[in-house]
Amino acid sequence: MDQFTPTRRSILGTTGGAMLSAAAIGVLGGVSTSAFAQGKKKSASQGDVDILNVALGLEHEAIAAYSIGAGSGLLAKPVLDAAVIFQGHHKGHRDALIKAITDMGGKPVAAKTDAEYAAALNVAATVKSQNDVLKLAQKLEKGAANAYIGVIPSFSNNDLRQISARLAADEASHWATLSFVLGEAPPAAPLIFG
Amino acid sequence: MRDFKGRSALAMGLSFVLAVIAGTSAIMATASGATPAPPAGDATRGAQVYEDNCTGCHSLDANRVGPAHRGVFGRKAGSAPGFAYSPALKKAKFAWDAARLDKWLTNPQGFVPGAKMGFRLSDAQKRADVIAYLKKESGK
Repeated sequence: MDQFTPTRRSILGTTGGAMLSAAAIGVLGGVSTSAFAQGKKKSASQGDVDILNVALGLEHEAIAAYSIGAGSGLLAKPVLDAAVIFQGHHKGHRDALIKAITDMGGKPVAAKTDAEYAAALNVAATVKSQNDVLKLAQKLEKGAANAYIGVIPSFSNNDLRQISARLAADEASHWATLSFVLGEAPPAAPLIFG
Repeated sequence: MRDFKGRSALAMGLSFVLAVIAGTSAIMATASGATPAPPAGDATRGAQVYEDNCTGCHSLDANRVGPAHRGVFGRKAGSAPGFAYSPALKKAKFAWDAARLDKWLTNPQGFVPGAKMGFRLSDAQKRADVIAYLKKESGK
């Protein structure tokens, strides 16, 4: 057991109860949806809808990954609680994206089955322990943060760019927490993402 | 001493003229729309760039949010088996090479209007590195 373990457990344990409420997720969804609607009014394009749909696909996959991790029986209680919180954030992102895409006249991409996501992520061969679950989640969160950063210049208006930055910040927050729980030191170099 | 000063002044003058010529050439290249050659890519660095920037949506061997990437270098655009591409990419009539991948990663929807992907990798060195990695992983 390393020196960080009690602190990591403490953090996961205390944030669990405070952040699991559906109301908190609802607030996140409501804010995002409102901002998306503003984006729509300012000349959102088909390209914007396409990017949001790619983002929705990414959120579907993240939700499934946390479901697979939570259902694996590999996660200890405080880690499981954190996984459920993070999954709740992704569900909030998903709901806001679906509403925005629909409001903008697009058709939201549907989720695949958890089994399809598990196969694509090669879970059976690579996830055998709690550490493996955390490493997979950490990798997906960093990829998601960078994806949201990377699409910012492609959006047609500043409202959508700002929302993308907010979504990236959520994923970066998840990545930082997971990295801490894994006992990894913070990166030495600045500009960690992008 | 006078000779040295004379040669020094001549050298400085020559350097100034060369600098002016070089600067003028650069300005003319920019004005004519010529783009600088992309930097050389490094596949080892590219593996990390790929891990950090691409794996949110892509894997080498599985279609996820984006198509599987192994074999992309040299493959016809929009042809990874089993992936649901945009009509725009399905209709594309080119195979992926370094130059096209560079344009794609610079601005995918600008390069192929109607493409779904909006992710841009703005750093030219990172693009060159990840392209070198994709080329290597494609066995090219």
